[in-house]
Amino acid sequence: MTAANDTSVSIQDLSLNFGAVTVLETLNLDVADGEFIVLLGPSGCGKSTLLNCIAGLLDVSEGRIFIKGKNVTWEEPKDRGIGMVFQSYALYPQMTVEKNLSFGLRVAGTPKEEIAKRIARAAEILQIEPLLQRKPAALSGGQRQRVAIGRALVRDVDVFLFDEPLSNLDAKLRAELRVEIKLLHRKLQNTMIYVTHDQIEAMTLADRIAVMKGGVIQQLDAPQTIYNRPVNRFVAGFLGSPAMNFIDGRLEDAAGGWRFAAEDIKIPLGTYDFAKPPAPGPVTFGIRPEHVSLNSGTGWPFSIAANVEVVEPMGSDTLVWLKLAQQNFSVRVTSERTPKNDEAVTLGFDPMRASLFDTATGTRI
Amino acid sequence: MQDRECTALTQPADEMSKSERPNLLFRNLNAKVASIPMILTAMVVFVGGTVWTVLYSFTNSKLLPRLNFVGLDQYYRLWAAPRWLISIENLLIYGAISLVFSLVIGFLLAALLDQKIRFEDTFRTIFLYPFALSFIVTGLVWQWLLNPDFGIQHVVRDLGWTSFSFDPLYNSSIVIYGISIAALWQGTGLIMCLMLAGLRGIDEDIWKAARVDGIPMWKTYLFIVIPMMRPVFITTLVIIASGIVKVYDLVVAQTSGGPGIASEVPAKYVYDYMFFAQNLGQGFAASTMMLLSVVIVIVPWAYLEFGRRK
Amino acid sequence: MSIADITAQASVAAGARQEIAGPYGPKPRRMISRRNVFLYGTLFVMAVYYLLPLYVMIVTSLKGMPEIRLGNIFSPPLEITFEPWVKAWSTACTGLNCDGLSRGFWNSVRITVPSVLLSIAIASVNGYALANWRFKGADTFFIILIVGAFIPYQVMIYPIVIILREIGLYGSLSGLVIVHSIFGMPILTLLFRNYFASMPEELFRAARVDGAGFWGIFLRIMLPMSLPIFVVAIILQVTGIWNDFLFGVVYTRPDTYPMTVQLNNIVNSVQGVKEYNVNMAATILTGLVPLIVYFISGKLFVRGIAAGAVKG
Repeated sequence: MTAANDTSVSIQDLSLNFGAVTVLETLNLDVADGEFIVLLGPSGCGKSTLLNCIAGLLDVSEGRIFIKGKNVTWEEPKDRGIGMVFQSYALYPQMTVEKNLSFGLRVAGTPKEEIAKRIARAAEILQIEPLLQRKPAALSGGQRQRVAIGRALVRDVDVFLFDEPLSNLDAKLRAELRVEIKLLHRKLQNTMIYVTHDQIEAMTLADRIAVMKGGVIQQLDAPQTIYNRPVNRFVAGFLGSPAMNFIDGRLEDAAGGWRFAAEDIKIPLGTYDFAKPPAPGPVTFGIRPEHVSLNSGTGWPFSIAANVEVVEPMGSDTLVWLKLAQQNFSVRVTSERTPKNDEAVTLGFDPMRASLFDTATGTRI
Repeated sequence: MQDRECTALTQPADEMSKSERPNLLFRNLNAKVASIPMILTAMVVFVGGTVWTVLYSFTNSKLLPRLNFVGLDQYYRLWAAPRWLISIENLLIYGAISLVFSLVIGFLLAALLDQKIRFEDTFRTIFLYPFALSFIVTGLVWQWLLNPDFGIQHVVRDLGWTSFSFDPLYNSSIVIYGISIAALWQGTGLIMCLMLAGLRGIDEDIWKAARVDGIPMWKTYLFIVIPMMRPVFITTLVIIASGIVKVYDLVVAQTSGGPGIASEVPAKYVYDYMFFAQNLGQGFAASTMMLLSVVIVIVPWAYLEFGRRK
Repeated sequence: MSIADITAQASVAAGARQEIAGPYGPKPRRMISRRNVFLYGTLFVMAVYYLLPLYVMIVTSLKGMPEIRLGNIFSPPLEITFEPWVKAWSTACTGLNCDGLSRGFWNSVRITVPSVLLSIAIASVNGYALANWRFKGADTFFIILIVGAFIPYQVMIYPIVIILREIGLYGSLSGLVIVHSIFGMPILTLLFRNYFASMPEELFRAARVDGAGFWGIFLRIMLPMSLPIFVVAIILQVTGIWNDFLFGVVYTRPDTYPMTVQLNNIVNSVQGVKEYNVNMAATILTGLVPLIVYFISGKLFVRGIAAGAVKG
C-alpha cells in the first residue's frame, strides 16, 4: 500500500494480443502523481495502444491497470477518472464548443450550475471563451485542439491522456501549443500521459520519457539521460536529429587501456563510462554530430583525418558529411566555420560523450 | 529492460478492486440485442430458407410441402419439361445480350460523358432515369412501343414501307430479343454510372502520360484504361449476372411468357409452379437450379476477389 | 486606344522578343470540330432513344382512343384530354374492383412508408453495432447476410410464406413490410456499416471517455452526423419497394395489392376493349413516385444505386 499513495497510474504485467499478434508484452509502468510521462516511439510500437488500454478503450489480454490505487482493469472509460485528447481532436461536429465541453457532464447528469461553472473555468484557462457558441467546423486547428483539451479539463479528472495531440497541426502552431500544454501541466499539476512520435515534444514536455518499440518499453528515464546515455542502439538512433553516428568495429584491450578500432581508426576510450565490465569483441561506436568538433586542434587525446563529402547548410548551423571506415558520418558545426567540399579535416571529441553498444545485442556497454 | 522505479505495488489487487469481470455473454449486450434482426434474417431466412427449399426439392410435394423423398425425380422431370428448357434457353440468350450490350453501351456512354462535355449532368440524368422505373412500367411501355398495330412497325409502314415487319413480342422466335431491348433501355444507365465512376477513379496522370507519349485515345482506353478498370468490370459483371438470373417482372409485364411459352424464364417457372400449378416440388427444384447458377457465377468471383487477398 | 492598337502593340512587342514569327498565344479552338460533332451527335441520338418511351407514354395518355387508332404513336395529341388519367386513377377495373389505381397507390404508400422506416431503423442500428461495437461472431452473421443478398429470391419465397402463415401475417400488409425489411437488410446494413466505419474512430472513443453508451453514442453523436447516408438509404428503399412486383404478388391479396401489381392486372387483363391511353396514364402514374424521387435527389440517387446495385 505504501507506493500507491504517490503513484497515479500503475500498469502491471500488461499484455495485449490481437489473435496471434502481440501488441504489448508484459509491460510494467508506474507513473508518479503529477508526473508528465511521454510515450515515444515509431508508429506501430504500441504506444497509442498502451494509452487506449489505460483509457479502457481496449480490453487487455493479461495484467492489471491501477489508477489512483484502484484496479480499473475492467472499468468503463468514464469510470476511470481520465480525460483524453485525441490527434484528430474528435470534436462532435454537430455540437457547439460549449455543448462539446459539456457532453460528458450532461451524460453523467451533472447539475446545470456545476456544468456552467466548470465550463467557465476551462474556457478561462484555455482562453476559448469567445468560441463557446461556435461549431468545430468554424475553428482553426489550434482552437480545435484547445477545445479538445478543454473537454478533458471539464471532467475534472486525475489523469490526462494525450494521443498525439499536436500531430495534425503545422510546425508553428505545434510549437505554440507545446508550450501551452507545458504551462497547463504546471498550473494543474495533474498526471499526464502523452503519446507522440515527435522527439522534440518528448524532450521538451516530459519529466520522464518511455521509449517504446515492438510493444516493449526500451528505456524509461529523464529526457537528458535518454539522450546522453541511451540503453541500446535503437534508443540511441531514434532520438536526435540528425541521428547519432554509428561505426561498426571492435573493442580492444590495448596497452593504453580500452580502445575502439575500425580499420585504421583507433579511438582510446580513456574517459568513457562503461555500463558494464568491458570485454573485447565486436561493438558499435556511437557519437552525436554535435559532440564532434572539426579542426579544433590538439585538445583531444587523438585525432582522425577525413575528407568532406557534402556540406548541408541548415541556417543556424551546418551539417558536414564525411566517410569514416567507409560509413557515413556527420558533424554539426557553426555556420561561420564551414569547410568546403573535398576539404581535408581532422575530427576530435571527448569519448565521455560517446556510446558503445554490443553489435550483436545492441545493448549499451 | 524496464526497471520499476517505484517499488512494486504490494496490495492484493483483487481485494482492492470492486470491478468484477462481467459475464462474457452480457458484455456488449446492446450490440447483441441490436443484431438480433440481422442474426434472425441471416440464419432463419437466408440459411434456413435455402436449406429448406433445397431439402424439399427432393420430395414430391404438391399442394403442401411434404417430406416424402423421391430422390432426383423432380430434377429429371424439370430437365425433361419443354417449358423449363425454353426458359433456360431464353435466359442464356437474354443473359448474353444483357451482358455484352450493357457493358459495351454502358462503357461507351461513360467514355463519352467523360470527355469533359457540357451538359454532362443533363445527359446522365436522361440515360439513368429508366433505372428509377420498375420493370413493370418498363415492360408495359415497351409492350406499347412494340405493338405491331400501333407502335414502331405501324409507324414505319405508314411512312410507305408497307412490308416492314418488327413485331418481336408476337413472334415466338424473336420474342426474347424484344424483352432484351426493354431490359437494356432500363439497365444500361446503371452500368454507365458504374463505368463512369470507374473512369473517374483513373489517375489523371495516366492520361497526361499517354498524351505525352502520343498514344491515340482509343488505344489508351483499350490497352491502359480498361485493364486498369478490371475491378469495376468484375463488380459490374457480378451485378449484371445476378440481375439476369432474377429476371421476372419484365417478362410478366411485357408478354406474360407468351406467345405460348416462347418467352418463359426460370423465375417465372418457379413462381407458376409454386403458386398456380400447385406442384411445389417442381418449384423447389427449379429454384434450386437458379441457386446453383448463381453459385456458379458468384463462387469464382468471390474466390478471385477475396481468396487472393489471403 | 482601341483594342486593335493594343493587339498591334502586343504583337510588335512579341515580335521584338522573338524575331521569328509563329504560333503565339492561345491555340485556336473551333467549337464545331469533327470530334465535337461526333461526340454531341452520338450523345444526342442516345438521349432521344432514352427519352422516346417517356414521350410516347405521355402523348398516348393525353389522346382519345379514336385518335390513337388512326394516328401514329409519336405524333403529339391533336386534342388533349385528361380523361384517361382520371379513368386510370379512379375507375379502371381490375377483376371485380373498378376503383382504379388509387387503391393500389394507397396500398403502396401503406407498404412503402413503414417498410422504409422499419428497414432503415433496423439496418442503421445494425450497421452501427457492426462498425463500432463488434462482438465475437458478428462478422460471421454479417457475411452470411451479404452472401444471402445474392441468393435468388425464388429460393426463399416459399419458406417465408410458411413463416408468415405461422405468425398469422400472410397476405397482410404487415407481412409484406417484414419481407421488405428482411430483403432490404443486406444492402442497407452494408451501407450503414461502411458509413459508420468511415467515421473517425476517435470520435467514438471520445464519446466513450465522455461516458456515453451504445444508444447514447448512436442517438447523440452518430445520427446527427449521418443525414446524407439516411437520405441515400431512403431513396434506395423508396424506389426499390415502390417498384417491387414479386413480393407484392406473392405476399398480398388482391385487395392489398401494391400499385405495380394492380397496374399489371389493369393493363394485361384479357377482358374488355384495350384502352391504350388509360393504360399509359396508369403506367405513368405508377412510375411517377420513383421518377419524382429520382429527379429531386439527383446525385444522391446515383450514390444510392451505386450502393444498391449490389442488390441486383
